[in-house]
Amino acid sequence: MIALFIRDMRLAVRAGGGFGLGLAFFLIVTVLVPFGVGPDNALLARIAPGILWIGALLACLLSLDRIFALDYEDGSLDLLATAPLPLEAIVSIKALVHWITTGLPLVLATPLFGLLLNLPVEGYGAMVLSLFLGTPALSVVGTFGAALTVGIKRGGLLLSLLVLPLYVPILIFGAEMARRAAEGLESGAAMLMLAGITCGTIALLPFASAAVLRVNLR
Amino acid sequence: MGLSSLWTYANPKKFIETTDKFLPWVTILAVVCLSTGLIWGFFFTPDDYRQGSTVKIIYIHVPAAMMAVNIWAMMLVTSLVWIVRRHHVSALAARAAAPIGAVMTVIALLTGAIWGQPMWGTWWAWDPRLTSFLILFLFYLGYIALWSAIENDDTAADLTAILCLVGSVFAILSRYAVNFWNQGLHQGASLSLDKEEHVADVFYYPLLVSIAGFVLLFIALVLLRTRTEIRARRMRVLLARERLGG
Repeated sequence: MIALFIRDMRLAVRAGGGFGLGLAFFLIVTVLVPFGVGPDNALLARIAPGILWIGALLACLLSLDRIFALDYEDGSLDLLATAPLPLEAIVSIKALVHWITTGLPLVLATPLFGLLLNLPVEGYGAMVLSLFLGTPALSVVGTFGAALTVGIKRGGLLLSLLVLPLYVPILIFGAEMARRAAEGLESGAAMLMLAGITCGTIALLPFASAAVLRVNLR
Repeated sequence: MGLSSLWTYANPKKFIETTDKFLPWVTILAVVCLSTGLIWGFFFTPDDYRQGSTVKIIYIHVPAAMMAVNIWAMMLVTSLVWIVRRHHVSALAARAAAPIGAVMTVIALLTGAIWGQPMWGTWWAWDPRLTSFLILFLFYLGYIALWSAIENDDTAADLTAILCLVGSVFAILSRYAVNFWNQGLHQGASLSLDKEEHVADVFYYPLLVSIAGFVLLFIALVLLRTRTEIRARRMRVLLARERLGG
């Protein structure tokens, strides 16, 4: 498991792995929004949590098809599937690597981007915490979507169509938690729901992902 | 023939033979119920004292909305049957039901919008019920898209079945998340078994007939589409065999 983790991390970080692309995309979304809605600071402060969440979600989505595609093409996924390691573990590792290379940088960069969008000071903690709690779920659900579409040529659009509806509850609770905190309201319930969804997806979805991967490798 | 279990009908041949017998009846009954329910509802019920004649859209809106949710539930059951017992008819039925469910969702959304314009003063509101229906529609779209994207039939059946299971969980989660997210504009249930809240009897009976009509129509359509798919597969096999033989 650790060997696989190190291998995937190396592949992701080295040239051609696309590490940091998600972050750059996130930055561009954040910069484009004020062009779209106007530079009004009060308005930006109001919509900042939602924009940051949607930006993070899209940045996550963009890098999903890379999770399995390369391994599938060069055949190493078949080798991994026949390895003594259970496929569920492989899928979990893939999701973890995706989160560390895409989700975690987003979480760390959020305070900076919040500054650009005039996020209220009270909202920073909750914003970062909500992304920290929510992005693992985004990665795990995304891994499921990537496993579903791994055998399909040009499955990128289909992947978005499949995964985005699944992101709805995560987005709602995450953005709601950040918004409520930014407006000085109580945000505990949303936080607990978000954490619950994340724990649930981490615990259960790898089984589904492994099952569809087995079907696709048949 | 003797006493046979439900599973005998999972044999495609048996399925076609049996449905040959009662598909015409279901179709006729569906037409009768739908026309009775709709004509009764549209022309022989009084206008509501506040809503005027717009209330009559209930005869399409409520059955369509019920079907939209129940068809997904039916797909969930048939997907489970496919995963557990691997009966092809079951997977095909799920596949056949999905576009019908998507259309029902669209009908519910459109009739709701047409009713909402005069009543709420808006075509669309981000109300929990409306929003969850929109999300349900997206789930249907994803499901249909996945079916049509994969060439191998069995692989497609497996993948969509699992997507249906996972999707169901997330659809329910979304339903409650949406409730948490915004307050509702939509009224409560029009029908309920315990009669706590209810539409008046005048509207109730034609509505029941019309719901029965929608259910029958759905059954007829699903049977028809499943039979078509079974026959299409047979044709494909025959053609392939011919090509190999010749």
